Amino acid sequence: MGTSTAPETAASSRRRSATTRRRSRSTTGFALALLAPALVLLALFTFAPGIYAFILSLLQRRVSGGLLGGETSLEFVGFANYLATLGDAEFWASLGRMLLIAGIGVPATIILAALFALCLDADRTRLVGAWRIAIFLPYAVPGVIASLLWGFLYLPATSPIGGEVVDYFGGTEVFFSVANIAVWGVVGFNMVIMYTALRGLPREMYEAAKLDGAGELQIALRVKLPMIKPAIVMCSLFSVLGALQLFNEPTTLRPLANAISSTWVPLMKVYTDAFVHDDIYGAAATSLLLVALTVAASVLVNSIGSAIGRSGQRKKS
Amino acid sequence: MRRTLTAIGASVAALALLAGCSAGEQPSDGKVTLEMWSWDPGMADIVDVWNSENPDIQVKLSDPAGGDELVSRILTAHKSGDAADIVKVEYQSLPALIANGVAADITEYVPDASKDFTPGAFAQVEFEDKTYGLPQDFAPLVFFYRQDIFEQYGLKVPTTWDEYAATARALHAADPSKYLGTFSSTDPGWFSGLTQQAGANWWSASGDTWTVDIDDDASVKVADYWQGLIGEGVVKGDPFWSPQWNKEMDDGTYAGWISGAWAPAQFGGIAPNSAGKWVMTSLPAWTAGDTTTGIWGGSATAVTTDSKHPAEAAKFIDWFNTSDEALALQVEKINIFPAALNGQKLDALKTPPAYMPNQPSYYADVAAIAEGARSFDIWGPNATVTFGAYNDGFAKAITDGTAFSEVLKNMQTVTVDDMEKLGFSVEN
Repeated sequence: MGTSTAPETAASSRRRSATTRRRSRSTTGFALALLAPALVLLALFTFAPGIYAFILSLLQRRVSGGLLGGETSLEFVGFANYLATLGDAEFWASLGRMLLIAGIGVPATIILAALFALCLDADRTRLVGAWRIAIFLPYAVPGVIASLLWGFLYLPATSPIGGEVVDYFGGTEVFFSVANIAVWGVVGFNMVIMYTALRGLPREMYEAAKLDGAGELQIALRVKLPMIKPAIVMCSLFSVLGALQLFNEPTTLRPLANAISSTWVPLMKVYTDAFVHDDIYGAAATSLLLVALTVAASVLVNSIGSAIGRSGQRKKS
Repeated sequence: MRRTLTAIGASVAALALLAGCSAGEQPSDGKVTLEMWSWDPGMADIVDVWNSENPDIQVKLSDPAGGDELVSRILTAHKSGDAADIVKVEYQSLPALIANGVAADITEYVPDASKDFTPGAFAQVEFEDKTYGLPQDFAPLVFFYRQDIFEQYGLKVPTTWDEYAATARALHAADPSKYLGTFSSTDPGWFSGLTQQAGANWWSASGDTWTVDIDDDASVKVADYWQGLIGEGVVKGDPFWSPQWNKEMDDGTYAGWISGAWAPAQFGGIAPNSAGKWVMTSLPAWTAGDTTTGIWGGSATAVTTDSKHPAEAAKFIDWFNTSDEALALQVEKINIFPAALNGQKLDALKTPPAYMPNQPSYYADVAAIAEGARSFDIWGPNATVTFGAYNDGFAKAITDGTAFSEVLKNMQTVTVDDMEKLGFSVEN
């Protein structure tokens, strides 16, 4: 469908002056029809569950009738669940742990991804295709399986990477251990985005830089990196959002050692409240608070990113 | 306009495709198909026998998860009315399923069930004179030790907890890489079994009112005992069931394991290379000669309120838990010690579990130990919350040295708070 509409649109723009109003109305209808599947799916699988979660978050289960409370009823409690979450020290502690891991993991992801992308883009690099696949491959390993594999690598009795010397599940070390799994998984994906951005840059600029006496390293740092800034900002945004959703890695590692609690990061707390404590109402409130935080975080990262972009442009002009 | 229609057509087609994924199955006339969730290895063979004998009541088995995780799945599925007809549930979780309206009252289908089981086991499924499931097995807490390692270091099998501590010290002194056991922060059912032996009664009820007593003297005594041994470094503080623990169970790092009578079925996966080296004996006692022990796990088979065929489901679980045929198969395939009276007299019990050919009297020994097994009066309706507090609390205490008794205090607070929040009447 996409190929047939392109020339039509071009033709219609040529004739625009004559039939603007009629044209635009039918274009709107057509656009809506095309958007319909996406909108319907979004409504069904994002907004409807969201509204349902909001309704749940205002309720609380109450039992009555007999020792085991066979009669269960739902009670409207207003924003009590939200207040309970906000007043729960464990919620803030879990947020703190998540931020700590994000503080380790996000910069590490971006720096490593940029480093790999620049290395692959360097003139002297051989076997680029093979390296690219090798670096990307961990992204194809599901998070749970990766965490199980790393769990074996970390545990002293099965560790080939010095688990008997380094306590990978120690109080401080465990943050790096978890961040490491997440970084290992997503570096390849970010590297591909940055590498693609690098390949899209005009090669003549490197010639010009070389004529001005710049070496490979200087070209990489002074020419290539500033020019792929938008890609880097986008990767940072993805990484921050990914960090907010941290769940698989710590959940899989939890039964292996004493270091990780069932409410270690916010999503684990939501899971535990909903499915272990059987309180989906409190869990719904916590989830919606997390959604609000996620939106705030992405607005923040986005505005920081565009501020950096603007300052870069100003310098150029 | 035509293009608009095409686009709408395409989106409708896409949605129809999605809807097609969730088309329901059609029950055929006369024949009933029941779904069963269980994590027992070897269950399929037993269900096959039933299915071939009962063409009109077919049981479809699946294994979505095990233990506490299955309870979460059942509760979640029940919210959309999709829980299986029949579920395996450990005794400590059954009250939670009843409180959530998931476990069905099957008294009318099995009115005389109490006669078929030992009183201790049947008490686990009967509440307020209603039967909410049938007991499958009975799992007294026992002590497994590595005979070869005990002989090598000239150790005597401990019969009291004082001797256990002395043996742990002697073994670790003789070979600092070896331990008599570990305290697992991931197994609340194991710890509650140890407190049962010491006389704890975490939950009891009178009328409609609950009494919760998780940090009683008996439980504190058990907690302090283990914290002492961990502090001395003669017992580890690592959880059961991890790859690390499996390897150490197999390579002789651990010379003992306090476990349930069902352990031989699990041993093959934990320590495949040390089959025939482990021996089962009774749990060390607090006072010499006392034969009291606790229980760890043990399960009931329950029918859910989501089932459209509770009578047929009850018929199956009755066969499954009381017929010689099904119980003999379970002894052979799952190594259970049956809760049914006739099950405890089966010929199948004369053959030891495949993992333990060195102990031909295995089931007879279990039967003798089971006489002294006691549980709490009743399991709380929110035992999962208590267990969650156990996991997190003990994991933290083992790591940072907080007093174990403080963890028990916190478990008590968390449990009572949750019960009161839900509306249960609690008196303390």
